[in-house]
Amino acid sequence: MTTVTRRPEAATPPARPHRRRKPGARNNWLTITLFVAPALALFLLLVVAPILVAIYASGFKWNGFGGLPTDFIGFGNFTKLLSSEIFYTDMGHLLFLIGTTLVIQLPFALAIAMLLHQRIRGRALYRLVFFAPYVLSEVITGVLFSLILSPENGIANQLLSPLGLDSEWLSHPDSALWSIFLVMTWKYFGFHMMIYLAGRQNIPNELIEAAKIDGAAGWRIFRYVTLPLLGPTIRISVFLSVIYTIQLFDLVWILTEGGPAHSSETLAVTMFALGFERSQVGYASAISVVMFVLSLIFALVYQRFVMRRDLEGATTAMGGKR
Amino acid sequence: MKRTCALIAAVVLLAGCGGGQTATTEAGDEGSPGKVTLEFWHLATSDPLKTVYEQRAKEFQEANPNVTVKMTVLENEAYKSKLTTLTQSGKTPDVFATWGGGVLKQQVDAGLIKDISSDVDLSEFTTASMAAYQFDGKTYALPVDIGMVGFWYNKKHFEQAGIAEPPTTWSGYLDAVKKLKDAGITPIALAGKEKWPGHYYWAYLAMRIAGLPALQQAGVDNDFTKPEFVQAGQQLKALVDLEPFQRGFLGAGYSTPDGQAASVANGKATMELMGQWAPTVQNDAGEGLGDDLGFFPFPEVEGGKGAITEAFGGGGGMAVGADAPQEALDFLKFLTNKENHTKAVETGAVLPVLKGVEEAVKDENLKTVATTLAGATGFQLYLDQAYPPAVGSEVNDSVAELMAGTKTPEQVAQDITEVAKSES
Repeated sequence: MTTVTRRPEAATPPARPHRRRKPGARNNWLTITLFVAPALALFLLLVVAPILVAIYASGFKWNGFGGLPTDFIGFGNFTKLLSSEIFYTDMGHLLFLIGTTLVIQLPFALAIAMLLHQRIRGRALYRLVFFAPYVLSEVITGVLFSLILSPENGIANQLLSPLGLDSEWLSHPDSALWSIFLVMTWKYFGFHMMIYLAGRQNIPNELIEAAKIDGAAGWRIFRYVTLPLLGPTIRISVFLSVIYTIQLFDLVWILTEGGPAHSSETLAVTMFALGFERSQVGYASAISVVMFVLSLIFALVYQRFVMRRDLEGATTAMGGKR
Repeated sequence: MKRTCALIAAVVLLAGCGGGQTATTEAGDEGSPGKVTLEFWHLATSDPLKTVYEQRAKEFQEANPNVTVKMTVLENEAYKSKLTTLTQSGKTPDVFATWGGGVLKQQVDAGLIKDISSDVDLSEFTTASMAAYQFDGKTYALPVDIGMVGFWYNKKHFEQAGIAEPPTTWSGYLDAVKKLKDAGITPIALAGKEKWPGHYYWAYLAMRIAGLPALQQAGVDNDFTKPEFVQAGQQLKALVDLEPFQRGFLGAGYSTPDGQAASVANGKATMELMGQWAPTVQNDAGEGLGDDLGFFPFPEVEGGKGAITEAFGGGGGMAVGADAPQEALDFLKFLTNKENHTKAVETGAVLPVLKGVEEAVKDENLKTVATTLAGATGFQLYLDQAYPPAVGSEVNDSVAELMAGTKTPEQVAQDITEVAKSES
């Protein structure tokens, strides 16, 4: 995420020195320093410092009590993590959730967006209704769905059991992760639908009409005109989804606390349980560092190779060029 | 009324510190030597206990005009963090609530707690209630409440299933579970999501099979791999294999509208293994069973080293800071004397820690708990409080996985041992 904010920052300042080069160069730097300093101080204090503290703490066996940590164990926490079963379980869950999000949730959001772009009756209402869950806080969503999906009294089973489709949802190791994905989709597809809709509205109708004149119809227009032109929007929505999934915590904690038997645990849940239930702050810091590195690598690689052309602002030069 | 209270308080107080120290505490006269402010931290954020403490503080101030009792009242989690912050800076309040066990031991080791062994007449307190506050034969706090975990059950269901008496042996218990299942009733409600209610089963089985000394020893030498602990896991597995729990128990909460307490309270399940607060939570979360609710202690395991009279649970106590003035100890004694303790017990908020106060308990079920506790031959504090937090959590997690069928009893024993070893 940090790199996203850095780009525009880096992009704007050079615009000034270009105009008046010599006379006010020094003054300019002073002004820039003065204006940037408060934001920079906050950034260092609230973003960089905690990261450094976490990296520092991850080198110690530390329960968080009694001043600074003393028991330095180097990479001990990381080797312990890499040899622990739960880490690989968490990574598996991460890949599962990223996979299902990309294959099911985002295409679903795209389909709904395309539908609601048509002139259908009450589409404003549909847009509102589908977007509404995104406005709810994660905790409220969690509490709501733990009631809906309750195996004994939940409304989901009351509706589905006549059809023979009732399930134990969050209460069974086999279905817990799917249930969490379901709730995630319910909450977030509206958001992705909204940005796809916005992206779709930016596509000039002339292009669609031109394609029609060329003899394309329905699916082919979508596949060869709309979809490529939605590329930048889709890439940013994939980016947001993946980063969100790496950091997924609140929803899981409220719905299952990672259970039953770790079947829905994520890296963040493991980190929380180790740090705040078991007082193994050093070990928990190591997990947070791993999460940070994962997010950072993904963000950098994704921006470097996938979103480069979007960031260069070449939204229309989409064809076969890289 | 107030005056008599104060009078009684004063008399009791004088009687209480009747040793050689009266000279320093005889400050009740006019022109007392220096004002004393007592920092008193406790957990009673709600009535009736809140009022009880307010009244006691007032009475104590009336009897000792030079003393001002300054109360800080916080809810559990907030209390823990505020107290931890203070103790980490090397200070404590003068009189403060504690749960005993591992946390109190840490504070004792840091030299923050007054050793009150020789200042207090301990013979009045029940064995069970003192267990959490005594280390190496020394006493560091006085109990104000005590409770135990046992089975709360629906008497009607037992009748329907043809179970005449609550079981006293483990095999009898398993039989009762089978009978209930045969009668089409869910035998046990369990909050699998929250893990701590599940650990009660393993802890009790370990107590009954390995015995109390073995459980305490395991906490010291960090070895939970003894065959008895594995057997405890196997017996628990035998119970789980009967599928006695409600549908979806692995995801159920404790006090939620469809959780463990509500299942029993609404007659959907017969039993829950829970502490003395169970009836209150049941009435809160569901309809409540009224007179149909009964209590029986965790059964004995045939051939095990433990006895049915050994109890598992916890309570609350009050400790005195190492640097606190003499008045702090006086106040603690005043709070825990028979007169005042009886009053607290009569409100129904706490259970007796003094011998012979059982009569003051009005609720029939709580009376059973109180008498069982009074006659307890041994006591084990909740494992997640008795052991360091990481070990306690591992017990909870591993037992939860055993119940979900993803860990074997051997793995449970091994994993707890591994964490215990790495923490020491």
